[in-house]
Amino acid sequence: MADDLKTPLLDELEKGPWPSFVTDIKTCVDKSDMCKDLLGQLEKSYEDRRGYWKHGGLVGVMGYGGGVIGRYSALPEEYPGVSHFHTVRVNQPSGWFYTTDALREIMQIWDEHGSGLTNMHGSTGDMVLLGTRTEELEPIFRALTEKGWDLGGSGSDLRTPSCCNGPARCEMACYDTMDMTYNLTKSYQDELHRPMFNYKYKIKMSGCPNDCTAAIARSDMGIIGIWRDAIKVDQAAFAEYVDSGMDIQGAVVDLCPTSCITVEGKEINIDDSDCVKCMHCLNRLPKALSPGDDRGFAICLGAKAPIVEGALFGSVIIPFMKIEDGDYEPLHDLLERIWEFWDEHGTARERIGEFIERISLATFLEGIGEDPSPKMVKAPRDNPYIFYEEYYEEEGEGASEE
Amino acid sequence: MATEAKRVTDIGPPHYEQFLHPIIKENYGKWQYHDSIKPGVLSHTGPSGTIYTVRCASPRLVSTNFLNNIMDLADKYSDGYFRFTSRNNIEFLLAKEENIDPLIADLNAMGTLVGGTNNAISNPVHTQGWVHCHSAATDASGLVKAVMDELSEYFTSEKLPAKLRVAVACCLNMCGAVHASDIAILGLHRTPPRIDNEALPKQCEIPTTVASCPNNAIRPTSVDGKTTVKVDEDKCMYCGNCFTVCPAMPLADPINDGVSIWVGGKISNARSEPMFTKLAIPYLPNNPPRWPEVTDAVKSIVELYAANARPFERVGEWINRIGWEKFFDMSGIEFTKYHLDDFRHAGTTYRRSLHNRY
Repeated sequence: MADDLKTPLLDELEKGPWPSFVTDIKTCVDKSDMCKDLLGQLEKSYEDRRGYWKHGGLVGVMGYGGGVIGRYSALPEEYPGVSHFHTVRVNQPSGWFYTTDALREIMQIWDEHGSGLTNMHGSTGDMVLLGTRTEELEPIFRALTEKGWDLGGSGSDLRTPSCCNGPARCEMACYDTMDMTYNLTKSYQDELHRPMFNYKYKIKMSGCPNDCTAAIARSDMGIIGIWRDAIKVDQAAFAEYVDSGMDIQGAVVDLCPTSCITVEGKEINIDDSDCVKCMHCLNRLPKALSPGDDRGFAICLGAKAPIVEGALFGSVIIPFMKIEDGDYEPLHDLLERIWEFWDEHGTARERIGEFIERISLATFLEGIGEDPSPKMVKAPRDNPYIFYEEYYEEEGEGASEE
Repeated sequence: MATEAKRVTDIGPPHYEQFLHPIIKENYGKWQYHDSIKPGVLSHTGPSGTIYTVRCASPRLVSTNFLNNIMDLADKYSDGYFRFTSRNNIEFLLAKEENIDPLIADLNAMGTLVGGTNNAISNPVHTQGWVHCHSAATDASGLVKAVMDELSEYFTSEKLPAKLRVAVACCLNMCGAVHASDIAILGLHRTPPRIDNEALPKQCEIPTTVASCPNNAIRPTSVDGKTTVKVDEDKCMYCGNCFTVCPAMPLADPINDGVSIWVGGKISNARSEPMFTKLAIPYLPNNPPRWPEVTDAVKSIVELYAANARPFERVGEWINRIGWEKFFDMSGIEFTKYHLDDFRHAGTTYRRSLHNRY
């Protein structure tokens, strides 16, 4: 290890059972001055209790507006190895599945051109190559594309879509999250790479209401699998759960939020007309219960963290939709209607959730050409200040036009 | 360099199918059920056989050396196939059940832990902190390491009432989206931005800077003949949105920056609706490298929950059942004026019933 590097505070983080990022970065200091100076600057942050990174900076690769996050040290003379420390976002494969052959190729590129540090993965889903110099960006991009990889999104553009493993390894998947993510990512390369929106637009695909990608909280457009018909029941498998001594009453029946499950002997009965598809019984009894056959997805818009107007969960805009025969056209059509309306009427740095709150859900639905439904609200309004758009003329007949 | 390939753009990601284990490819969309074999180990079964998953912890900030070690194990035990979860755990996908225990032994030997499934704490999602971010109020990787050293037994076992999601975000931008986690550790600034009146006119658009403030605390002004901005400090909530659009308004303050603790959020629809995380502790000091105040606070909340919640009750479901006043009472956390919301729609959080416990 580089002899002049002293990190007494960070060394404390090499103790304890959880894997240590400090120990890991230390394995890199001999192959990269970036790692050595990153540890040096971080140690100083730990001493001084503040960060030492400068604000952003416009860097990127030719023809792309997004995909690279510029970062410069505020102390370049002290830590020249991290005077530039840009991040490259690489568009991950659906479901974060890899082969060692493919990922090794990327790691070789990164050892050659960057710090050797990564985030696997960033919060939005991209593989994050953490720390390189401006002059390396174009060579990295070229090396990545030669191996079949492309950059993800950053800035006011479509952010890299991400999904749960869906049908690849889950019996609960109500639609093909993996394929939809691939389709949307490939279809909207321009929107992904060239910032053209009011602000960021994140799309996450979850195969069922367990929502393993946190689509409801972390995506401007959450596409969450759901079914409309009855839960499929294998009574023989249910009887095996009963025979195993499982506390069916306590662990399943009593926890059903709409009390729609009853058990008689070794038989389970579900009143599907009251089922809200919460997933609890399916999670507890995966061998006996599965989502119904009429599977599709709901679309929730507007989730975001607090900045600027406060945190929002996504709210239901399309209660049910399905892709038939691999035809994504209806989804593309909807997405483009949403973007067009938001682009036209949203303001700078206004996320779509804030936009909908500002103009009202009714105006938004009209703007994108969708009809309201009770599935979109917890309850109808409780205030009487209604903007009526239809009324009768004093002497006329019938409602006036808007 | 005539041999160099033509520059291509907009190719998108490689198709995922080439990264799927043959057993996964054959069972794609046809899985029948899953089983939990032991903490950190799952099996998924379909008509074409069973795939075994071994899940291990990752610090998320990992080097190519770490990944090469992981990939050596994937070559040895899982035919070169592996994946990452939405919480940055690493999952090996094994065709052979007999490879499970040797893989676990090798993972433990390389310094990581196997667990994170079912009623466990899985890998904390976190942000960049002092490692890479310009607006961080604290470090994130270090906080995760310090907290998870204390909680690792809840990663390697499934003894909690339900799953428990811990997340860390180093400022209110919340790239780690801590606003819906069971326990969230959130770095915050507590002082208004310091305006660099020299740099501001050169670096920032005044109208954009003024418009960036959610509380209308920023006004244009003139200092020494140069147009700049001023901040009404009574209105500033230290969100940092102005700093994001205008670098000449830094917030970092070693004395006042620190950490807050939030509890009771969830994403899943299971049983109850998704819930936002709510404030438990408004401020704890930044005390690197081990943040003892934060680790103590998080550990005591986890232990209180573990001792008192019913089976399958998430932290937020447990608190909703017992009531927030009882949570503050049981946890010994002081309830202060900072727990009362004063931003948009704050009134929706006020008690408007007499459903109180005495």
